[in-house]
Amino acid sequence: MFPTAPSSPRLEPSKRSEAGAPGRNLCCGLFLFLPLLCLLATACHPEPPPDLTIINGLEPESLDPAIITGQAEMRIVQGLFEGLTRLDPKTADPIPGLAEHWEISPDQCTYTFHLRTNLLWSTGEPITAADVLYSWIRVLDPATASDYAGQLFHLKNGEAFYAGKIKNPDLLGIHAPDPFTVRVELEEPTAFFLDLCAFSTLSVVPRQTIDRHGDAWLKTRPLPSSGPYELTAWRINDKIRLKKNPRYWDAAQTRSAIIDFLPVGSPNAALNLYERGQADIVWDKELVPTELLDVLLKRPDFHPFNYLGTYFFRFNVTRPPYTDPRVRQALALAIDKQRLVQRITRNGEPIASHFVPDGTARYTPPAGLGHDPARARKLLAEAGFPGGKGFPRGEYMFNAAAGGSAKMHEKIAVELQQMWRDELGIEIELRQLEWKVYLSAQSQLDYDLTRSSWVGDYNDPNTFLEMFTSDNGNNRTGWKNARYDGLIRSANRQTDPAAREKKFQEAELLLVRDELPIVPLFFNVGLNYYDPEKIQGIWPNMIDQHPLQFIRRKPEAGTRRQH
Amino acid sequence: MNETARSTHSHNNGLPGVARSAPATDAPATTPDSLQSPGRRAWRRFKKNRPALTSAGILIVLLLSVALWPVILQLAARLGPAGAAFAHIHNPDQLSDAQFAPPGPGHWCGTDGHGRDVFSRILYGAQISLLVGGVGASVSLVIGVLWGAIAGLAGGRLDSVLMRIVDILYSLPSIIFVIVLLTTTGQMLKAASWVQESPGLAKELRLMLLFIGLGAVSWLTMARIVRGQVLSLRTRGFVDAARVLGAGPWHILTRHIIPNVFSVVIVYLTLTVPGIILYESFLSYLGLGVQPPMASWGSLIAEGVDQINPIRIYWWLIAFPGGVLVITLLALNFLGDGLRDAWNVKGSA
Amino acid sequence: MYFLRRIAFTLPLLLIISALAFAMVHAAPGGPFDRERVPASPEIERNLKAKYHLDEPLWRQYLRYLGDLAHGDFGPSLKYRNHTVNDVIAQALPVSLLLGSLALGFALGIGLPAGYLGAARQGQWQDFTSGFFSLLAVCVPGFVIAPLLVTLFALKWRLLPVALWESPFHAILPTVALGLFYAGKVARLLREGMLNTMQSEFITAARAKGLGENAILLKHAFRLAILPVVSYSGPMLADLLTGSFVIENFFQIPGLGVYFINSSINLDYPMTVGLALLYAGLLIALNLAVDFAYQLLDPRVKYE
Repeated sequence: MFPTAPSSPRLEPSKRSEAGAPGRNLCCGLFLFLPLLCLLATACHPEPPPDLTIINGLEPESLDPAIITGQAEMRIVQGLFEGLTRLDPKTADPIPGLAEHWEISPDQCTYTFHLRTNLLWSTGEPITAADVLYSWIRVLDPATASDYAGQLFHLKNGEAFYAGKIKNPDLLGIHAPDPFTVRVELEEPTAFFLDLCAFSTLSVVPRQTIDRHGDAWLKTRPLPSSGPYELTAWRINDKIRLKKNPRYWDAAQTRSAIIDFLPVGSPNAALNLYERGQADIVWDKELVPTELLDVLLKRPDFHPFNYLGTYFFRFNVTRPPYTDPRVRQALALAIDKQRLVQRITRNGEPIASHFVPDGTARYTPPAGLGHDPARARKLLAEAGFPGGKGFPRGEYMFNAAAGGSAKMHEKIAVELQQMWRDELGIEIELRQLEWKVYLSAQSQLDYDLTRSSWVGDYNDPNTFLEMFTSDNGNNRTGWKNARYDGLIRSANRQTDPAAREKKFQEAELLLVRDELPIVPLFFNVGLNYYDPEKIQGIWPNMIDQHPLQFIRRKPEAGTRRQH
Repeated sequence: MNETARSTHSHNNGLPGVARSAPATDAPATTPDSLQSPGRRAWRRFKKNRPALTSAGILIVLLLSVALWPVILQLAARLGPAGAAFAHIHNPDQLSDAQFAPPGPGHWCGTDGHGRDVFSRILYGAQISLLVGGVGASVSLVIGVLWGAIAGLAGGRLDSVLMRIVDILYSLPSIIFVIVLLTTTGQMLKAASWVQESPGLAKELRLMLLFIGLGAVSWLTMARIVRGQVLSLRTRGFVDAARVLGAGPWHILTRHIIPNVFSVVIVYLTLTVPGIILYESFLSYLGLGVQPPMASWGSLIAEGVDQINPIRIYWWLIAFPGGVLVITLLALNFLGDGLRDAWNVKGSA
Repeated sequence: MYFLRRIAFTLPLLLIISALAFAMVHAAPGGPFDRERVPASPEIERNLKAKYHLDEPLWRQYLRYLGDLAHGDFGPSLKYRNHTVNDVIAQALPVSLLLGSLALGFALGIGLPAGYLGAARQGQWQDFTSGFFSLLAVCVPGFVIAPLLVTLFALKWRLLPVALWESPFHAILPTVALGLFYAGKVARLLREGMLNTMQSEFITAARAKGLGENAILLKHAFRLAILPVVSYSGPMLADLLTGSFVIENFFQIPGLGVYFINSSINLDYPMTVGLALLYAGLLIALNLAVDFAYQLLDPRVKYE
């Protein structure tokens, strides 16, 4: 390793820029020299500067529309692959995408989409109805192993086909009578189906490329894309670069030619990069240092907005004493949610008494339980624990904040623990678990109370309320209620919006007032930061989706600020 | 230069130039030093070492505060309303409305985001961190030194086997190891009836498991370093001499080899302690360490680090826990140096 | 001969490590596809597992893994499903190697002179200063150093970039933040080794021959004194070259260090085992080199 005879003292620190250090540290010299050359070499190959740099949260797990599940992924993928509909940049409502217009049958179970006739892949081949069929059937193909295959279970025979009970794809509720028409038949009226059509899972992917390259299809260049951008570089944990797709049907409206995405997991790093002008937009909710919120929120470039997310905790209703609804109600009523949002989360979150966030489309949620310690004590006493006497030690389980976000869960847990101790005289211990252990404990009902959150997939109450039906995998409370199941089922069969809303409200009251397998704490507030003087084309909306092609740097703002 | 080195030399041995190849057993006593019992001689030398003495003082004060602070709070709580209020605001887990209060007469080290008293949290956190550091150091000392010394002394096949085991343990993903240890063993213990009867015990057991996990990874580098030293020592004259005189391997190991590697061991040990204390905080960050609201120095520092940013710094959240950690570790190091010098077997020729 | 045997042992050693690591990741609770959001039907989870053969008995999965490994294929990543483990290593390892070498150069460049100075001027102010700073470097963790450096150099004085990995300037702060800790350790170990060696009989002999103190220190003492540093450099290099989670995470460097931690947390089985093997291979090679270096530095070292 080290040359044997030391020749000179070399007491001065060896300079790193120096190439070959003579004498005893020949080896170190080599170590310094070679890598520096590499570094210079990598730094020298020129890349044009991007028009926009966006900090997008953690490295995407995938960019395959059928595989992705997270928002960071979807935000990139929606630029690459478009569905029959796409999202309005201001309201995030579905507007015509690859489909120019459509008809809906009176029973709301059949949709007939008419594709645009000028659709081309970024590589020049035409996009037809067959491509739509292929893309959707691919999601339902077990070999694709799509996490979100469930989004297509609304299709007639979708679930049966996925389970292998039906083999023939012709029996699926999707047909292409001609190259520019897609006819979709649904199992039941699905009020949010047009939203689903804009969802990444249902977007249109290039058949030839996938057939040829299999699982490695995203590594081909040029990668055919159906959306406003094409993928030009994807260096894992380093950078993703999108370039404008000139063959996109609406290419004239695409504002920025090159967009870079930086995967950043640490809030401090994100803020530092932004402050130094290395990034134009930071739009992952986790990437804000919460300690600074009181200062940052006063600045014009920090933009809080409401979105479809609820922070709550679950009870394990199969474990005494949480089997008793009075105990659950007591614990809920003892919580001062106002303190949580004012002192801990500090982003102006509205406190939650109900589960479905305010502002959800086609729905007004009913009010649930508020803050009432006196009633909480009374209920606890009725349940057999006056003043908390005899109440067994419980555990509040939450996941560690590994992965970058602030230690919000821990802070909320610490506050809850104190509130229950002070108001009810009961001792709930905190149990912080590593992420996967936490998930597995939750799904095996190996907990007493556990923190949770839920972000809606689409703008509809169903994405929130459906999860607490008896056999839903996301229930994870052990709570089974036949009346609730019936209400949700019948709500989704309604074609009249008002009747549908009423059923949902009835169900939600069961959830947040009477039975209380969960306690909603507050609704998430997202925070994007970008300088509105320089960046245009981002509008706040309930699902926090911002189509890339409308975002641009203001012309007069010139090139990026470099300090 | 010449002068320097010579004074160095005498500082260490009191006797420049006397061969010190053979510790303790051979060579008749020729100096006043060795007329005294080793313990008294060491103490006499140690007393002269001012940094070491100061360090020992600091550590004693720290240990006393850590031990007595909870008692003081308990006593205060019984001394009328003023005492109770004092105990209340200094309860390390007591939340209050005084969020991010800077250091002042009420909270000597300020408060954190929940309005908890940072001073108390540091003293309570010391229990965990000192314990973690102590356990790690002991494991490193006992297992690491013996393992490395045996490997180095035995050489050949045994050396290969022992060192390959170290390589294997070093290569295994330590996070997974801790996860598996905490969950599977934790589950087994949880199911055991004697644990279910006392929930407090389960908490202690989790901590014990954490210590085992930390200890398990702390001795590996020590073993390598000791082995390296022993490899070079074992062919020396005094080892051969002892062997010729009929000394068994255990005798050679404990009387000749280990005393000779002791100084390197002490230094590496003092370097291990901070590593382990900080590793604990990393595990806590992953949700594998101490359970909130309990604190450790590592977790307090990690919390404080979140505050370092160009816009505003709640400096007390990082300065106090960080300062205490650094001072403790510096004191430990100077103490280690002092002990090593005082106990230097090589001086006893 | 001894070294040839050691090299021959490497393969079985890697096999043992792969088997243990494989068993350990699969023993951890939960699975790679567990998410907060459970798929709409249990069927979906079953298909996911089937796609990656996770439904097979463990021994068969392991044999399958070994079979792929024999072809140089570390398998797919279960977290980053468009990438294979080979892809990730190919992209991230060079970055970590580079940063690690720079940090090593920094650690040795600062640590060796500091340790030498401490020993040569033992008891004087130089010793005290170098001792104090090397201890400080060891005691202040990287996750404190990194934000401090960035706040001062990148944000306050705007001299250096805050993060990312683009130009040589981007490497400076991470190198310092990563290297300081090791520099401190190297300095302490070298100082100790020097003090220890200066008491050996052959140094006394050299003194008796009337050699100058400088010559003694450099020509004779240093060679032996560096032994503890050399022992330590095996694990140190393996750690440095495979990247650091804290530093890479903070400076947003696309290196390998983050995967060591994240793959374990995500239970990305092939990635965890693959990285353990990569690390093991590197460590074994480095320890071999270290043992070889012992012989060069100290002729008295014999392995047989």
